[in-house]
Amino acid sequence: MIIGEQKPLEDIISMVESEGGGRVLVVGCRSCVAVCLAGGEEEVAELSDSLEQHSDSKDLGWGVSKVTLQRQCEKDFDRSIADLVEQSDVIVSLGCGVGAQVMSEVYPERVVIPAIDTSAMGSPEGKGRWKERCSGCGDCTVHLSGGICPVARCSKMLQNGPCGGSQGGKCEVSPDRDCAWQLIYDQMRRKGRLDLLEVVLGPKDWSKARDGGTRIVVKDRRRK
Amino acid sequence: MSLSGGNLERLLEAGEFVVTSEIGPPKSADGSAVREKARMLKGYADAFNVTDNQTAIVRMSSLAASLFCMQEGVEPIMQMTCRDRNRLAMQSEILGAAALGVKNLLCITGDHQKFGNQPESRNVFDLDSTQQLMVFRRMRDEGEMWCGDRIKAPPAVFLGAAANPFADPLEMGVIRLDKKVSAGADFIQTQAIFDMDRFHDWFDAVRDRGIHNRVRILAGILPLRSAKAARFMAERVPGMSVPDEILRRMEGASDEKAEGMRICLEAIDEIRGMEGIAGIHLMPVNWESAVPEIVERAGLLPRPQALR
Repeated sequence: MIIGEQKPLEDIISMVESEGGGRVLVVGCRSCVAVCLAGGEEEVAELSDSLEQHSDSKDLGWGVSKVTLQRQCEKDFDRSIADLVEQSDVIVSLGCGVGAQVMSEVYPERVVIPAIDTSAMGSPEGKGRWKERCSGCGDCTVHLSGGICPVARCSKMLQNGPCGGSQGGKCEVSPDRDCAWQLIYDQMRRKGRLDLLEVVLGPKDWSKARDGGTRIVVKDRRRK
Repeated sequence: MSLSGGNLERLLEAGEFVVTSEIGPPKSADGSAVREKARMLKGYADAFNVTDNQTAIVRMSSLAASLFCMQEGVEPIMQMTCRDRNRLAMQSEILGAAALGVKNLLCITGDHQKFGNQPESRNVFDLDSTQQLMVFRRMRDEGEMWCGDRIKAPPAVFLGAAANPFADPLEMGVIRLDKKVSAGADFIQTQAIFDMDRFHDWFDAVRDRGIHNRVRILAGILPLRSAKAARFMAERVPGMSVPDEILRRMEGASDEKAEGMRICLEAIDEIRGMEGIAGIHLMPVNWESAVPEIVERAGLLPRPQALR
């Protein structure tokens, strides 16, 4: 899933103000950002209330309406709210960075304010905690490293083992960050596959990652 | 046949117990600061690491500072981090360095930018230090760029790498060291050693694999200037291990510098007796003036002249 966090309320308010306020439509998403408690139905309701309260307290006369889409990253879902968009001046997107862009593309005449900072692809890790696991390098080899990706999870993307800053299982960057290479080593040791970690891995082909330009995936098969 | 024609390589080949040390470039465009350090330290070590934006703090480039060293007759070991440049920049820089006469290059990961004065910067890590060694060895030995393009005049550079005996997990660190040697490291410099027990454990694992027969290993020595510095190393510097005993000695000393010097000399003494250690690497962090005294009192003077 995609992990995102809502921006501070005052930042969202100031972006809406700088766009002139007016009729504000808050658009959420029931997918990833709902799972990470950033942009689902509840957060949409909360943010709408907050914007209304702010408008009332400052006598700004904003009209706030709200809607939550199945997937804000798909144009068809975005198009389904054309009537609501028609009656609004500013769209506040509580989708991820993808959702905000697709909304902007579907409604080019509207300003879409991104109310979420999208950070990573990862997983829920218990209550109120999400962790990055994939950085979309386009060339997955996690079977060679115990199912743990060093590109996404080592602070230095090291391919051949831990740097000198790994101590006590923690990354030098922060004591609350696990060293990915400690995890990889532990897992491979358990599996009896340390031999795989002895292999010298040559320079990675980053052309399949973002470095090669925007990735576009094309598939012949159409889903029925 | 010599790979680089440099002093460090010749002395190691001759079986001398070598001494390397460090010259940190200044946070300015003033080359005289490098020249002064080089003049002060000349003759007290066989080659000097010229650090590359150490601890992720911007300083004069390692290449420029290396050139100032050479102009003072001091042999540099130019450091190059993977943090700050991609494979294009690395390859062009080793060509430039070799053309200017740099004989040694140390391939390192680099401290995370979080520790420096520009934590908002991106890091590169196109290559890790093992891959950096692979690329440079191909350039030197096969006369090819990584992509396969021919190099008319390949860079004749002696390649170094770092190892931290105090990083975890120990076994994985030794595997990684082995990979660095397979990838092309000619010599290794270790992190500063205070925790002798752990160093012995690590070195036993290194010897078990016969790594010491395939590469020259220089043991890292850092003279402690004060109890405060010792405490800082113990608590703040990633990858360091300073045992309580050392902290107690430094904190209980009436003359902290003298005690730091004693600890340093004891460590050198112990390390010299270890089979498979080819020399020491002195890291006088903010205490360059200690180097001549250490080398002299350790009985490592005069430094041998390289055989020509």
